[in-house]
Amino acid sequence: MSDRTVDRVAQATPERVARKIRGLSDRAIAWIFISPTIFLLLAINIFPLIWTIQLSFTNYKANRIGREVKDVGLRNYERILTDSDTWLNMQATAHFLFWTIFFQVLIGFALAWLINKKFKGNDLWTTIIVLPMMLSPAVVGNFWKFLYQPQIGLFNYIVSWFTGKDPSSFEMLGSVTLAPWAIVIVDTWMWTPFVMLICLAGLRSIPDYIYEAAEIDRASKLRQFFTITIPMVLPFLMLAVLFRGIENFKMFDLVVQLTGGGPGSVTELTSINLKREAFEKWRTGYASAYAIILFVTVFGLASIYVKALNKVKQR
Amino acid sequence: MSEFLTGLLRLRRGPWEMVATILIALGVFMLMQPFVLWAFTYSFIVTLIGTVMFIIVSHFPE
Repeated sequence: MSDRTVDRVAQATPERVARKIRGLSDRAIAWIFISPTIFLLLAINIFPLIWTIQLSFTNYKANRIGREVKDVGLRNYERILTDSDTWLNMQATAHFLFWTIFFQVLIGFALAWLINKKFKGNDLWTTIIVLPMMLSPAVVGNFWKFLYQPQIGLFNYIVSWFTGKDPSSFEMLGSVTLAPWAIVIVDTWMWTPFVMLICLAGLRSIPDYIYEAAEIDRASKLRQFFTITIPMVLPFLMLAVLFRGIENFKMFDLVVQLTGGGPGSVTELTSINLKREAFEKWRTGYASAYAIILFVTVFGLASIYVKALNKVKQR
Repeated sequence: MSEFLTGLLRLRRGPWEMVATILIALGVFMLMQPFVLWAFTYSFIVTLIGTVMFIIVSHFPE
């Protein structure tokens, strides 16, 4: 049947076209197939990157077309890296990164360890736990904004139920001390399931015979946990930490929806700061240098991530 | 330790990748630490050196 189709297609192809195709080498055909992808990659990724690097050495402002663009050398980089406000933004990002990763790894690993035990409704619970990470960050941001409302928010009522405080006596998103923790809670709620799934993959990759051998050697459950479970899940955990680290370093949408960087600038993460420099203050050259600094950092972390991934693959 | 140093001298991938990884991690820490401004100032150059080194040494033989 397929032979007949092939014959029919061959017969239907005009002689002139068929001769042209027959004249092409395999290599040429391969190039014809991949050239659109290469073109798109160059146009969408490589060209903007090179242009951004070039702009980072100038005083270019995108909202002033026709203004003379001066070469400022490394001044943009120097100003960013000696600016104490930028340093504070980096610290806000570091606070967000450290605590989100800490809680996500802790809760994610604990959940994976529990889910790995065989019990009734295991699959149903896995599906329920995984639900938050399937939602859009914009939706999650809006949804938690309502939960954090001092008057009607469920979060304040739950906290007041435990602490006995008046629900409207504190504002999670409006307080300078609580707002950085508010964004940590939401990100942890959303992305812990992802860490759990990676840890679960790690736990399920440990062969049962290792535990059986440990049982024969009369190793206690605690000893088995620290000498078998933790070392064997560690590469997977490392992978989860790096992946979440890279993602949270670029965090924008969720925090913009929740706090918009406020109150003041306590939750103004680097990506929000970058957007303000580029599209509110219109300091395009400065913002380009800022973007390059963030790009090099993420690229460096991604290199370690790929290395860790290869180690996991080799197992 | 001597194996690590021999690897460095013989331009082997493993130890050099380790050095690059340490530099990247150090650069990221310097970028985000809340203690001294000078470390923040020099963080980018450290990360950049680590990243470029990583790209180069990943082509070294095992």
